[in-house]
Amino acid sequence: MDYRIIEKEVRGLLETVCDPEIPVLSVIDLGIIRKIETETDSVVVALTPTYSGCPALEAIILDVYNTLRKAGYGNVQVRTELSPAWTTDWISEKGKDKLKAFGIAPPLPGQPVCHTRAFHEEEAIPCPRCNSYDTRLISRFGSTPCKALYQCRTCQEPFDYFKCH
Amino acid sequence: MRRDQHIHYLLHLADDSLILGHRNSEWTGHGPILEQDIALSNISLDLIGQARNLYQYAARLVNRERGMKEKVLPGVKVSGEVSEDTLAYFRDSRDYKNCLLVEQPNGDWGKTVLRQFLFSAFQFLLYDRLKQRDDQQVAAIAEKSIKEVAYHLRWSSEWVIRLGDGTAESHRRMRHALEDLWLFTGELFVAAPYEQELLAEGYGADLSSCRLPWEDTILETLARAGLFPPEDGTSNGSAHTGSAIMTRSRAGGKEGQHTEHLGYLLAEMQFLQRAYPGCEW
Repeated sequence: MDYRIIEKEVRGLLETVCDPEIPVLSVIDLGIIRKIETETDSVVVALTPTYSGCPALEAIILDVYNTLRKAGYGNVQVRTELSPAWTTDWISEKGKDKLKAFGIAPPLPGQPVCHTRAFHEEEAIPCPRCNSYDTRLISRFGSTPCKALYQCRTCQEPFDYFKCH
Repeated sequence: MRRDQHIHYLLHLADDSLILGHRNSEWTGHGPILEQDIALSNISLDLIGQARNLYQYAARLVNRERGMKEKVLPGVKVSGEVSEDTLAYFRDSRDYKNCLLVEQPNGDWGKTVLRQFLFSAFQFLLYDRLKQRDDQQVAAIAEKSIKEVAYHLRWSSEWVIRLGDGTAESHRRMRHALEDLWLFTGELFVAAPYEQELLAEGYGADLSSCRLPWEDTILETLARAGLFPPEDGTSNGSAHTGSAIMTRSRAGGKEGQHTEHLGYLLAEMQFLQRAYPGCEW
């Protein structure tokens, strides 16, 4: 049996498992699937949390498990790996497009590490609705740990920004 | 390396994060504005998540060796294997190894953000050292957590500056908060016996190397906030530590000698599991 075919199938199944907080992104888009290991009738999926305390993690682990069991895999193990630590650079290009279409500004590329300096602003974050760069930070923390809250000065809409990490 | 010292050290790291996370979570639903309520709740999530990772690791080490539970957790009266929940909910104040700073009551918003700032500036330096160490599990947790801590540090620095350099009232409150909390910062840099022993074997972080960079961070932000560390009443510690701002300090938390505040915190945090052990919902 060619394990690469099974891995491809598992990957395809994982494309259907979405982040419960950001339902437009699959766990593949999010870049949190670190490893898929298959043997005759078992599959091991290693995933990495976005944030240490992300409350969605347990739900994601359960969804991954249930999806693979439903597809007929008998022996499914889902485990977490902390290192290397997740970065927003692992979000796929397709994922970034989906975020923008959903109204969330995707993370800027190449800023995987935050500055510790106070009042250090990131490069201008473009509004996901009207593309204006005239935006302002409202709060460093948004509705989930991975997002910050911005407002567009051009169209006045508030929006979430998937913050650098 | 002695396994029991190793476990004590992991519990110390985890307790710092859990207790500060719990303290911050007391603001959930009570923040001055919604965005900042969410901010502090998110910081709590990060800290409690870090604590969980460390407790899970500590629990695995406890369960791996026969007799280890009795040795490192003599007060825990729960039968069976130890879990992260056992470590969080069934240890008493004397078993907790967090530093005194993180258990101090929230006070007003200014005191809460100052406590976060003083601790995050330290935790950032600590994790920066731990992520390069040989213990792969601790290194992985530190590597993961330091990105979160960087964000906590930046957020809390901004609040310290905003309030210190704000109105006369906010400045006055920050000055009082600094006087209250300053006494507890010295402990961050004093190694407990288990830390000294581990460090002698090349394990853990050299806390004395964190002190000066910590002071640089703190003094720079405080200066921008128009605040100064309280006058040092004894000042005889500075000569041999090289510290510019050595102060009288209170310590003991890392060895289980806590201020009275921790008992009240644990009573609230642990009540449900003590009343209904193993309860899930």
